[in-house]
Amino acid sequence: MTDKERLLQYCLRQGDTHIIFGYRLGEWCSKAHILEEDIALTNIALDHMGLGNAWLERAASVDSEKRSPDDLAYRRNEREYYNLLLAEQPNGNYANTIARQFLFDVYSVLYYSELLNSADDTLAGIAGKGLKEVRYHYKHSAQWVVRLGDGTVESHKKIQEAIDDMWRFTEELFEMDETDDIIAKSGVGVDVSGLKEAWKTQVSEVLEKATLSLPDHNLSRTGSKTGVHTEHLGHILAEMQYLPRAYPDAQW
Amino acid sequence: MEHTQGKLWEVFIQSKNNLPYKHAGSIHATDKEMAIQNARDLYTRRGEGRGIWVVPSDCIVASNPEDEESLFDPGVDKIYRHPTFYHMPDGAENI
Repeated sequence: MTDKERLLQYCLRQGDTHIIFGYRLGEWCSKAHILEEDIALTNIALDHMGLGNAWLERAASVDSEKRSPDDLAYRRNEREYYNLLLAEQPNGNYANTIARQFLFDVYSVLYYSELLNSADDTLAGIAGKGLKEVRYHYKHSAQWVVRLGDGTVESHKKIQEAIDDMWRFTEELFEMDETDDIIAKSGVGVDVSGLKEAWKTQVSEVLEKATLSLPDHNLSRTGSKTGVHTEHLGHILAEMQYLPRAYPDAQW
Repeated sequence: MEHTQGKLWEVFIQSKNNLPYKHAGSIHATDKEMAIQNARDLYTRRGEGRGIWVVPSDCIVASNPEDEESLFDPGVDKIYRHPTFYHMPDGAENI
């Protein structure tokens, strides 16, 4: 693999994760339990889409096939998508969505804090913009975890089940393959395996405040680095890519 | 009014430092943190503000519409209270 191919791969992983999170959160549009939350979730969805776009622009700039960011988003198949499995998990009830976002948001703040020092100016720039946004996402999701956990018997039960359920997709956040390793060692990317301890500490603190407990199982599922997904991504792409694939000349 | 949407809060936005906060609208929220976040998400999405106040709506004391005449009509014919006889000093932006 050349340096450019490696950087392309690295940018696709981050970009795809944001695009799919953005898509999932966008599905809440007009369906949240109150108008205010509806707008909050779609605002956050748009932040993810913006970050995804920034990553895919960087990816496109080193793509030997000269694909545009739109080509990358709308013309790759499931096996060529590299988003974290966590991102594609269904919205479920509100607790499921909040648990999924929270586990990612804690990670995301840590990740972008490190990426600020990237040797690649564009990536450092994405981190500068992204950090402000993901800090807000963290605030939003962490407060909801506490509100639901320390709320009623039913909300406590739902958010605990949701955290337990999403837990198996969190190991993947800290997974490093050869590409990640080389990109991290060159000072461009982040060694995410080093973020795990801080992540677990922060997650534990919020869960404790929420009167929730850390999941006691070690089930884990990964695969996104080689494009192996859960059954959900195919459905997302089928809907998300329908229009540009059916009408290739369509203009916004 | 307290129901499933949470209580009502009034939102005041400051568009720039040193300018007065202006009433922007209202939102629902169950606590202070949620009120600030919801206000941020609803009323500052297009860069409208640099500061937010949220106040529980039931903490606002309002004048009674029935008192409108006695409260406000006496001020209507006192034109000498308007600072229209002064010139704006050069460089004064907000007076």
